[in-house]
Amino acid sequence: MDSFFRSEEMCLVQLFFQTESAHNCIDELGHLGLVQFKDLHPGTADFQRRFVKEVKKCEEMERILRKQLYFVTFFDKLEQELKEINSNRDTLRQNFTQLTEINHLLHMTDDFFVEGEAGSTIEMSSSSVHSFVAGVIKHERFPAFEKILWRLFHGNFVLRHAEIKPHQEENMEKDVFVVFVQGDQVRGKIRKLCDGFHASMYPCPNNAAARKEMRTNVNMRMEDLRLVLKRTEEFRVTTLTAAAANLREWTAKVKKMKAIYYTLNLCNIDITQKLIIAEIWCPVSDLSSVHAALIKGSEQTGSSVTPIMNRIHTQQTPPTFNRTNVFTSGFQNIIDAYGVGDYQEINPAPYTMVTFPFLFAVMFGDCGHGLLMTLLAVWLILHEEHFRKLKNELVDMLVSGRYIILLMGIYSIYTGLIYNDCFSKSFNLFGSSWSVRHMFHPQGPWTNETLHNSDYLQLDPLVSGVYSGNPYPFGIDPMWNIALNKLLFLNSYKMKMSVIIGVVHMLFGVMLSLGNYIFFRNFKDVVLKFIPELVFMLSLFGYLTFLILYKWCVVIKSDSAPSILLLFINMMFFDYSSNGAMLYKTQKPVQIFLVVVAGVMVPWLLFAKPLLMYREHKQSKLVNHLIRIIKGTLLQQKYQNDKGVCMENMGDIFVYQGIHTIEYCLGCISNTASYLRLWALSLAHAELSEVLWKMVLQVALRVTSGMGSVLLAVTFATFAVLTVTILLVMEGLSAFLHALRLHWVEFQNKFYQGSGYKFSPLSFDKMFITGTTEE
Amino acid sequence: MANLSFVIPMSVMTLFWGIIGGVVPWFIPKGPNRGVIVTMLVLTAVCCYLFWLIAILAQLNPLFGPALKNDTIWYMYYHSS
Repeated sequence: MDSFFRSEEMCLVQLFFQTESAHNCIDELGHLGLVQFKDLHPGTADFQRRFVKEVKKCEEMERILRKQLYFVTFFDKLEQELKEINSNRDTLRQNFTQLTEINHLLHMTDDFFVEGEAGSTIEMSSSSVHSFVAGVIKHERFPAFEKILWRLFHGNFVLRHAEIKPHQEENMEKDVFVVFVQGDQVRGKIRKLCDGFHASMYPCPNNAAARKEMRTNVNMRMEDLRLVLKRTEEFRVTTLTAAAANLREWTAKVKKMKAIYYTLNLCNIDITQKLIIAEIWCPVSDLSSVHAALIKGSEQTGSSVTPIMNRIHTQQTPPTFNRTNVFTSGFQNIIDAYGVGDYQEINPAPYTMVTFPFLFAVMFGDCGHGLLMTLLAVWLILHEEHFRKLKNELVDMLVSGRYIILLMGIYSIYTGLIYNDCFSKSFNLFGSSWSVRHMFHPQGPWTNETLHNSDYLQLDPLVSGVYSGNPYPFGIDPMWNIALNKLLFLNSYKMKMSVIIGVVHMLFGVMLSLGNYIFFRNFKDVVLKFIPELVFMLSLFGYLTFLILYKWCVVIKSDSAPSILLLFINMMFFDYSSNGAMLYKTQKPVQIFLVVVAGVMVPWLLFAKPLLMYREHKQSKLVNHLIRIIKGTLLQQKYQNDKGVCMENMGDIFVYQGIHTIEYCLGCISNTASYLRLWALSLAHAELSEVLWKMVLQVALRVTSGMGSVLLAVTFATFAVLTVTILLVMEGLSAFLHALRLHWVEFQNKFYQGSGYKFSPLSFDKMFITGTTEE
Repeated sequence: MANLSFVIPMSVMTLFWGIIGGVVPWFIPKGPNRGVIVTMLVLTAVCCYLFWLIAILAQLNPLFGPALKNDTIWYMYYHSS
């Protein structure tokens, strides 16, 4: 199945199903995740749709469910249960408060009665009934209470009060009071007064024994109530935790329902209200599974009529669907981030799976850091579940890119081995090709004196034996790592490498455009666009690559070696007057020929296509007129848009083609230069790495005193932190970004249109992973 | 042959990446991912081989040599070949 190289073939299907089975059918389709519902009411606003009430209800429930996490629940029968529990609890609490108050009252009044019995002779002259009222009143109301009592009874009473010491269960300051009065009628008045002050009155027995009995009674009841309250609390807690366990399930159900009602809003309801008509986009290869899902859904509701699928042909542009698995989806995402491909044009993703990590690695180029990155990726892959549970956005992004990071790390190890750079140190596996011994007498010019007289000396490859004649077999020679003019050599090497890689990458892009032309049967464009583009690029930049490779392969004396840049510039200006030697004998005529050919390509690219269209237009004007009417109403595909447009206005066509020509030709030059960022970033990475070694770790390693080991431990910690934050994170992100840009701009503008729209099926799995509902 | 030490790595690497890019794809079992795996193998072989080739060609005929500090030179003169 080459479905990954191009987007899949899609078809438009009409579905007819009964209203009763609608819910189940859409549920099944949602689980399948392969159909995209087309909006059959594109003009209507949200509130005008048929199922708007149901959607609103679902949204209400969603909102309530979200609150579950913080507050008391109010949901269906749980709501009832909890309400009951709560009211019970309140009544119990009230009882409990009352009992505590009585307790305090009894406690305090003991003292009063004792006092009263002792000093009753002063105010009470006779042994008339000593009636009293005992109760509890709020502390701040007490002074007013006392004042009114005075006004009423003109001092014919004894009032005793005491403050209740604050207890943990009560939060109000209350006072206990006892009023001793004569006569029964007075009691009635006092009762009314107490009511007015919201003081609670309690019957209090006269004698000490009865009081004691009452107290034990009250204490017992308080104990009972305490127990009951505790049990009620426990029950409430267990009910809530049971509810919390089901919470996730309910949230999922509500989300699904909302999605289903949203989908139903997109469909048409028949006049008879019994039939629902939907239009879906679905991949041609999945038609049978969609059919099976519909049958399953209608069977669940027990309806005898199976839903009907009717494939219709349309000229509308289908969505772009690239079937991905867990490995390829990361790469497809980074391509789609720039632009979703047109329907069935070449998908750059399978090639990006290798070229993107490779270009990253060229810029990252350190096998030690590459190894760290690979290990990080392996860790992410093995613990993917655990990381997804954290629900952190940054971590999520890392986890979804774990295979990209793995490939980037592996390629970085390879390029690091070739650059011979591991935490800024080199390996010497095969023995260096440079020999110092041969520079000294008798073979070479140096003596011990030359060595003493100068700080540094340069090896000369022309002296026999100094350069062994065979380059280091795998990568850059380790001698360059300790050389003072290391950058002079490496810069030249890396710049040329960037140009070569860039030209190859761009040529690959141009070849992919040929693939697109052939697939869409657009053979005219092969001759009018592809061939001039290819020849232009090959004749100028392919020749530049040839010059680079040729200069590397031939033996030249260093003082007569021409600079490639100057050669190229002179070639463009036809300037052969300078004394600079040529690289090879027939260089001048070859170069003139190539520049002329490239020059011819430009008007070919600019004029050939518009002129051809103009001729067609003139020759068959009437026929084209008819074609235009038919095609103009139905066609929306981009590749045939050109024809439709050009019929209207030749000026537009010329302008469009002119822009394309300029963009391509100037783009060739600027894009080739843009690939020099491969050199720039790898240089930056190598230099940062070297700085960390020289200024951080080496300093600690050179300390010879006893404390050196402690200093080394601390310095290594600093080295590690700086390596991870600067070299791995910062440089990693930077190289990632630049490699991505090279793909998006320099590579894709050779062949990719990127103006399609993505296939977004109704899929419950995707909904729950991303945590949002279908919009 | 003076160039034996150049021919050996050249042929080894060419053979290695040639096998990965040209021979192994024929042995990938048929399945939904065959196209992608073959593409990846071929592209990997091409990119890595090209990268190695550039590195070795750049050092084939050097125009200048490394400049070393005199104590490095002294050490290398007495302690290595």
